[in-house]
Amino acid sequence: MSVWQDFNRGIVSENPVLRLMIGLCPTLAVSTSAVNALGMAAATSFVLIFSNLVVALIRKIVPDQIRIPIFIIVISTFVTIIDYVMQAYTPDLHRALGVFIPLIVVNCIILGRAEAFAYKNPVLASTLDGIGMSLGFTLALLTIGVIRELLGAGAIFGVSLYNPAVAATIMVLPPGAFITIGFLMALLNKWENKVQ
Amino acid sequence: MTELLGIFFAAFLINNILLIRFIALCSFFGVSTKLETSLGMSSAVIFVMTISSAVSWVAYHSVLVPFHLEFLRTAVFILTIASLVQLEELYLKKMIPSLYRAMGIYLPLITTNCAILAVAFLAIDYKYSFIQSLVYSLGVSGGYSLAIILFAYLRERTALAPVPKWFQGYPIAFMTAALMSLAFLGFTRMFGL
Repeated sequence: MSVWQDFNRGIVSENPVLRLMIGLCPTLAVSTSAVNALGMAAATSFVLIFSNLVVALIRKIVPDQIRIPIFIIVISTFVTIIDYVMQAYTPDLHRALGVFIPLIVVNCIILGRAEAFAYKNPVLASTLDGIGMSLGFTLALLTIGVIRELLGAGAIFGVSLYNPAVAATIMVLPPGAFITIGFLMALLNKWENKVQ
Repeated sequence: MTELLGIFFAAFLINNILLIRFIALCSFFGVSTKLETSLGMSSAVIFVMTISSAVSWVAYHSVLVPFHLEFLRTAVFILTIASLVQLEELYLKKMIPSLYRAMGIYLPLITTNCAILAVAFLAIDYKYSFIQSLVYSLGVSGGYSLAIILFAYLRERTALAPVPKWFQGYPIAFMTAALMSLAFLGFTRMFGL
């Protein structure tokens, strides 16, 4: 049961983006299309899951006073790995995501989970927590990406659905990101109120 | 000179770091509920960003490039910035206590402000010279301050306005930001940039 909770927590009740309001920068910046959103989510998930795993492995030997710099080194190692892997295998995606890939290192979700969860819990629970949080992040990012691409470019995953000339281009421009996430949060507020 | 002015205004208005580039949004929504807090944050950002972009430029071009260690830049930059913020905090506390009090808790918070790190990366991606990257970081931090101070004024007003129930709090803040971002889009192509 508790294992399931570790996994489930990040998806809805503590969704990092829509609930905890962390990790906003990449969410808004790269969600112009579903493909970009999925690429960013995959890169962040990789870093999040493996840094949670490593932090949980080394938590007993890390001195308390210098834990933050050590976490940062662990995280930046994985960020460097994914940065170079994407540059080699998916150069177009790497170019589209640009500076946001190295910026995963300061994504509050990752350091936040290392500090709040992985540092205090065993390896299995921390890995599951990382996977759950990644799924929550992916879900939020993908929802925003699909909405923006559908309304702004008339397509989903690059498959054209209707004439882009009648699409609301503003949705793929920066203001569209703010509008989409604002409406999503309002909807979530309303839904939660109804459930209660 | 014209080139430097171009870099400054492109960073200040056209590619505004908060409203167009979407970097450092956590602090944009986090500290903008009151005017004073956003003033404190923007002074800290201007101060730290200028110094840290100079230091990281030197670290990259005089240490990492000659030794072919460019792949270490993520780790090196974030550690440089984190330790630099600590040094600046100590220095300000001792030498300029009034400024230290004004910046208050915002100095340590800056370490996780992704704008600082982003400027260090972008100045290298754009292949700027030392002077150019200084001007660039001034433009970016100026644009940051402009956007967050204007946003704080607007949020102080919307806090008193009759907002639909589901939109209270963050959702209406996002709508406000959307309108500001729309206004900033108007600067696109200005000065032929």
